[in-house]
Amino acid sequence: MDNKKNVSYLDSVHRDGRIWGFSLLAILFLFPLVVSLVFSVVPDWAALAKGALAVAPMYWAVGVIEVITYVPMLGAGGAYLSFVTGNISNLKLPCALDAMEKADVKPNSEEGEIISTISIAVSSIVTTVIVILGVILIIPLTPVLESPVLKPAFAQMLPALFGGLGVVFISKNVKLSIAPIILMLALFITIPALNSGTVGIMVPVGVVFTLIVARIMYKKGII
Amino acid sequence: MEFSVNHPIIFVMVGIIIAVVIAQSVYFLIRALKRAKAIGIDKTVLKKTVLSSAIFTIAPAISIVAGVIALSLSLGIPLPWLRLSVIGSLSYETIAAERALAAFGLNLSEVITDPQIYVTVVWVMTFGIAAGLILTPIFAKKIQNGMKKIEQSDKKWREIFTNAMFLGMISAFLGFVFCDVANVFKGDTTGLIPVVVFFASAIIMALCGILAIKLKQRWMNDYALPISLIAGMAIAIPVTAWLG
Repeated sequence: MDNKKNVSYLDSVHRDGRIWGFSLLAILFLFPLVVSLVFSVVPDWAALAKGALAVAPMYWAVGVIEVITYVPMLGAGGAYLSFVTGNISNLKLPCALDAMEKADVKPNSEEGEIISTISIAVSSIVTTVIVILGVILIIPLTPVLESPVLKPAFAQMLPALFGGLGVVFISKNVKLSIAPIILMLALFITIPALNSGTVGIMVPVGVVFTLIVARIMYKKGII
Repeated sequence: MEFSVNHPIIFVMVGIIIAVVIAQSVYFLIRALKRAKAIGIDKTVLKKTVLSSAIFTIAPAISIVAGVIALSLSLGIPLPWLRLSVIGSLSYETIAAERALAAFGLNLSEVITDPQIYVTVVWVMTFGIAAGLILTPIFAKKIQNGMKKIEQSDKKWREIFTNAMFLGMISAFLGFVFCDVANVFKGDTTGLIPVVVFFASAIIMALCGILAIKLKQRWMNDYALPISLIAGMAIAIPVTAWLG
């Protein structure tokens, strides 16, 4: 492996990722400013503070944990794209995981970095384009997407996604899977507060727990 | 200027931001493809990665459109379009918008007519979601360098480490699939719907892998994930009618 080139490609991804990231951040915060200017209003500061306090502490805590958890799995290019376009655990990460699995590359290699970036870039472009089409066709689409026939299909998207993804990764790591699966089943079945809204918080818990179990099993020579 | 949640100026602004977001993805895509060529990754592998990622994305993307429709009643079309195209997810944006509106004693069932309320809601939603966008450029490189140190220590542990991360994530979602099964004891079978869908999708995924080898149809394995996703969602329709 050509180590020198490897470093320079990754370094350039980090450099460009930072430039794009901070530029988008600036544009995103310009949006409410411009809305204020155009309609000559200022935000209601008291309500803004109240709303921000109700939302920010939890989502910032989750944000910190998500960055630490997902960056190693997504790779550099994939991470810079995913944290802009969102829908990481329900779309971008499964997409990149499947692509790396099919291409038989590891996320911590340069090949993995490239395949993950391509997969997430394509997924982001397709998502954005489909949402644009959806916005253009919103009037004819609304009755279709809200129809009682199709609603259950979208409601069950996550189980349908993780059934397919799960069988691949669990069958390849049966011994390592047992402890985290038992823990998560026990937690989710017994604690009513754990549901679709809180599954995101449990991902880092699952990751850290599985890493600890893996380390112990590895040291004892079980895996 | 007269305010409306669907004002053309808001549409134009959102359109510009989304154009920049697409430009970023195109930029990284081209760079990765060039680098792939330079280090000699097989063209058929790249083609398959692009095609299967695109096909896999269709169903989740349509569910995002459904999310835009759900939020557009109160917030108009452009704001949910922006929020669900840039970082957001439906669960987050719904909660953020609800909490921001609650500060005015309003909720998501009525359209916003006051520009001051609108701009306040936009600020709350933007500020709340910004963590990942701010922290990734600052810490991504440090986190990756930290990972390198862990991995360099031992080659076998490196492979176990990545598998453990993925399994940790998958186990959390597996737990979520089973979160309502206990309700069966109260006579409510809806909690079984995700479980049935999960196993149906898992079986289809496994079948794709087996049939691909037996029938020598490689494409079945390459597109197994999108096939099992869409089949699982389709199966959810009769299963929901049966258990719902």
